[in-house]
Amino acid sequence: MIQRIGIFTMLIFGGILFSIPFLWTVSTALKTNEQVFAVPPQWIPSPIQWENFKRAWTELPFPTFVMNTITITVFATFGQILSASLVAYGFARFKFKGKNALFYLMLSTMMLPSQVTMIPVFLLWRQLGLIDTFAPLIVPSFFGGGAFTIFLLRQFFLTIPRELDEAAMIDGANPLVIWWKVLLPLARPALITTTLFSFVSHWDEFMGPLIYLNSMEKYTVSIGLRLFQDSYGTQLELLMAASLIHILPTIVLFFVAQRYFVKGIALTGLK
Amino acid sequence: MSERTSSRWGLALISPWLLGFLIFTAGPMLASLYLSFCKYDLHTLSFVGAKNYDVLLHEPRFWKSLGNTAIYVLFAVPLGLTGSLLIAVLLNQKVKAIPIFRTLFYLPSLVPAVASSLLWLWILHPENGLLNTGLKALGMASPPKWLQDPKTALTSLIIMSLWGIGGGRMLIFLAGLQGISDELYEAAQLDGAKGWTCFRHVTLPMLSPTIFFNLILGIIGSFQVFTSAYIMTGGGPEDSTLMYVLYLYNNAFREFKLGKASAMAWILFIILLGFTLVQFKNASKWVYYEGGDKE
Repeated sequence: MIQRIGIFTMLIFGGILFSIPFLWTVSTALKTNEQVFAVPPQWIPSPIQWENFKRAWTELPFPTFVMNTITITVFATFGQILSASLVAYGFARFKFKGKNALFYLMLSTMMLPSQVTMIPVFLLWRQLGLIDTFAPLIVPSFFGGGAFTIFLLRQFFLTIPRELDEAAMIDGANPLVIWWKVLLPLARPALITTTLFSFVSHWDEFMGPLIYLNSMEKYTVSIGLRLFQDSYGTQLELLMAASLIHILPTIVLFFVAQRYFVKGIALTGLK
Repeated sequence: MSERTSSRWGLALISPWLLGFLIFTAGPMLASLYLSFCKYDLHTLSFVGAKNYDVLLHEPRFWKSLGNTAIYVLFAVPLGLTGSLLIAVLLNQKVKAIPIFRTLFYLPSLVPAVASSLLWLWILHPENGLLNTGLKALGMASPPKWLQDPKTALTSLIIMSLWGIGGGRMLIFLAGLQGISDELYEAAQLDGAKGWTCFRHVTLPMLSPTIFFNLILGIIGSFQVFTSAYIMTGGGPEDSTLMYVLYLYNNAFREFKLGKASAMAWILFIILLGFTLVQFKNASKWVYYEGGDKE
């Protein structure tokens, strides 16, 4: 009983500590400019400035930034999950020469710092004349989708009984049909988990857009937010409102997907 | 399905990754190795031998950035690892309202790096920031200037990094904890093990592969810290937060010293490879794999 109270106290204390910065963002986003700098700080703004959100939305080409981010995130996430699930299926179900070596090679790329490839990849896109387009941020996702995603999905596919594949095969289904009709539906928790990881990482991506996108109408939210910092140095309330708009989709997605989340990782037996 | 057909399908299915590996990993790695021995500014390319490495190894700013990053890793990784494990253990308890707490701890990691950098810039503001207002209210006459003081700027970045410990790493720990079978705990309890003893002799060994995984990826990830330094300090004041990758980025995309930046990338790669190999070598001493297969 005492242990339980102890755990509960720690959870509440930690929960508050972790929420403070977030609550502070929300509070700042709803203040007038004078209230932002008020001493002592006010937690509950009055009156509540809902129009900060409207201003944050309209004062910069923010809707364009959001559209760009959505475009990149949706296509890149789609490419990542599509190609990773195919590759994972190949590694999980088929025998071929050098499979183990290739699998470990793939895993080892997880440990490769992206800086080692960054400059030549940049030069490659430059050679192709695709700097300042979304291609460098989307196209690579279609080539395997990253070691972590492949690994998680492959682990999950291994937990699905082979008899299901074999039964479908006897019915005349080819491997692509089996992938689509047998494995993908059964792998839903793992697909949801990897989609969420992938979505958040593309939505949040900073260095890629920073390197590849030059003109303002191509900016994503993550680099566009910095314009608020430059041009509205003291208008923190707008910056915070814009940040909240940026955060919103990932939070909504997390709430929707959260019951699959831990299960998705746990079932894959990640070790 | 015949062996031959199976083999063909397997290769066809993994071909997107294989192509991607050649185009976006293996090829560029070789290219960047070659570039690291060249002088290249997007216009003229000339082979200069080991000059870039020589210049870097004699350059104070290079060592400063490496030192800053090493300090960052030295604190952020162990603190982050312990913290996220602690949170995972707490969230794995059977108490009420766990989904709410799970969300509360996970929320910060959903805040995009740019937004959280800008937010912390404001929290750590020396005069009006939330932290110093709080410290003053608690009676501290002159609280630290955080990001504006070379002595505390790096510490500020480390503190900020800890806000995200409830994220992916914690989830992986949580999944690992849930994978430990109840039977093991029951057996330990029959032997009279309680609380800490149980944690020390059942949970930790069973979780060691997960700890190992998070440790390796944690070190590699922390060595590449970039966004917070880029947005919050730009490396200042007085280069006190000049991180390795920030310096690499500046060399590559601000000054277009692409050869020098490639040399930096390879030095980083070799450092990380060294770290990883040492970790793998040490792993057999403390990482326990059920069933004994080491992979």
